[in-house]
Amino acid sequence: MRAFAYQRTTQIRDALNLIAQHDGARFLAGGTNLVDLMKAGVESPARLVDIRSLALGEIGETPDGGLVLGATATNSAVAADAQVRLRYPALSQAILAGASGQLRNMATVGGNLLQRTRCAYFADPSEACNRRVPGSGCSAINGAHHNHAILDWTEHCVATHPSDMAVPLSAFDAVVRYETLDGTGEIPLSEFYLPVGNRPDRETALPDGALITAVVIPAAAVASKSRYRKVRERASYAFATVSVAAALDVQQGLVQDVRLALGGVASRPWRARLAESALRGGPATAERISAAADVEIAAAEPLRDNAYKVTLARNLIEAVLTELAADAGEESNG
Amino acid sequence: MTDDTRSEITLRVNDETYRLAVDNRRTLLDALRDDLNFTGAKKGCDHGQCGACTVLVNGQRVVSCLTLAVAADGAAVTTIEGLAGDGELRPIQEAFIRLDGFQCGFCTPGQICSAVGMLAEHAAGWPSAVTRNGSPHRAGELTEEEIRERMSGNLCRCSAYPSIVRAILEASAREAVAG
Ligand SMILES: Cc1cc2nc3c(=O)[nH]c(=O)nc-3n(C[C@H](O)[C@H](O)[C@H](O)COP(=O)(O)OP(=O)(O)OC[C@H]3O[C@@H](n4cnc5c(N)ncnc54)[C@H](O)[C@@H]3O)c2cc1C
Ligand code: SF4
Ligand code: FES
Ligand code: FES
Repeated sequence: MRAFAYQRTTQIRDALNLIAQHDGARFLAGGTNLVDLMKAGVESPARLVDIRSLALGEIGETPDGGLVLGATATNSAVAADAQVRLRYPALSQAILAGASGQLRNMATVGGNLLQRTRCAYFADPSEACNRRVPGSGCSAINGAHHNHAILDWTEHCVATHPSDMAVPLSAFDAVVRYETLDGTGEIPLSEFYLPVGNRPDRETALPDGALITAVVIPAAAVASKSRYRKVRERASYAFATVSVAAALDVQQGLVQDVRLALGGVASRPWRARLAESALRGGPATAERISAAADVEIAAAEPLRDNAYKVTLARNLIEAVLTELAADAGEESNG
Repeated sequence: MTDDTRSEITLRVNDETYRLAVDNRRTLLDALRDDLNFTGAKKGCDHGQCGACTVLVNGQRVVSCLTLAVAADGAAVTTIEGLAGDGELRPIQEAFIRLDGFQCGFCTPGQICSAVGMLAEHAAGWPSAVTRNGSPHRAGELTEEEIRERMSGNLCRCSAYPSIVRAILEASAREAVAG
């Protein structure tokens, strides 16, 4: 590991200045991804600016009934928060479905969004990887890729985004708030992760040196009727093979609002807008749910060894929406 | 010129204060084991994947292999060596011994520190992935299923899991009283 300087500050301004003034300086939050990648030789910052003493750990309400998750709030704190559990249950469930108790106590909101892919070639500097070294090639496209993308990949990179938390945040139209030396800004999560294109190393729309200060989740009645389901290779403590965050609001037998996002299928959380529009406005019948799953998955292009994920994603969408529709039916009957 | 790749830090470990100079690359795990001789926490994977290095930092369980020592400057750390007070084992330690909660023992310090942190999380009403949807979680309903899920960050190569779960379940009520 390359030697590095370390600084800790309580002022956002100081943190931004330290990053701006030093080449190769990086923010350190929980360190669960950054320190791991530094050990692997994938990341080699010259300076770490520890942001956990900044006053960004609060979870609070917005005036219009949404929630603000401070960037340094731990994953554990968000998952246990009473308002999150009541109003956005899929978010709590997604976080609890990821990593371990120890890691969730360390991991933060900002760090979780910016964690790098778990593609094994990315983590191994002896392998070709366009995401790590632009132009070096992609070892996964013809290599071990059974857990890689089925949607929106290019020949430059077929990796998936590993975050569970980002999947319900995508379904709930969350917005990332940041600060630079020029002031503050906001990026909707739908525009936060850049499409792979031919530069997979450029992962987000965050300006250089920007500090994520919070994630804002707008108020949405439908979100209280939401659920997260994750399929993985062991029962706990494993990254997603495919996951689904869904929310369904049925009024007088018609789908008033529906939200759907998938994890483990693309280089970013996959907002399933085609399925949403197929369902909205009509009854939540088995046929319409099945058709909605089909229409979303029609665009999938599996790699040599991951066609199973197409079926899995389709069936998982169907299963979760069916559960939510049954819950809605029970509510209106009793 | 001062070397900014090293730092003077203070760690409060098991209620004693230590001042040490560390390379900023040093993990808390290596500082505990190699600088301070608290060799209870083990290095299994060194990548956050096995839980053998679990310690409590300011009362919360964390993996010390992904915690930089310099980032823990000023923190209170509890290791397995600090759990027993006045020569008396904590209920969870006693239960691990009586109920065969280990075989080779390599994962045990991490398991026990993790269990102490986990029981506090449970008592604070934190949910887990198997906590039933919608039912507000109350402390006291610590089922075997809950223990298995909440302890999934601690692997055991000897697969002593059934007795680990039994020991934690059996000790949980007495741990709550012991605090
Ligand atoms: C064994 C293991 C299993 C895991 N399993 C899962 C899983 O199943 N599901 C899942 O979703 N995740 C999983 N994770 C990943 C974990 O959730 C992430 O590592 C964690 O969320 C990252 O947060 P952090 O605060 O530790 O980030 P750090 O490691 O501190 O930082 C990550 C990156 O974000 C940058 N950064 C951090 N905060 C900010 C900010 N506020 N502004 C700007 N930049 C910032 C850092 O500079 C760095 O580049 C697992 C990790 C491990 C080690
Ligand atoms: S899939 Fe992406 S991350 Fe993996 S080797 Fe190819 S370029 Fe690298
Ligand atoms: S040694 Fe830290 S988790 Fe394995
Ligand atoms: S007792 Fe041997 S690894 Fe757990």
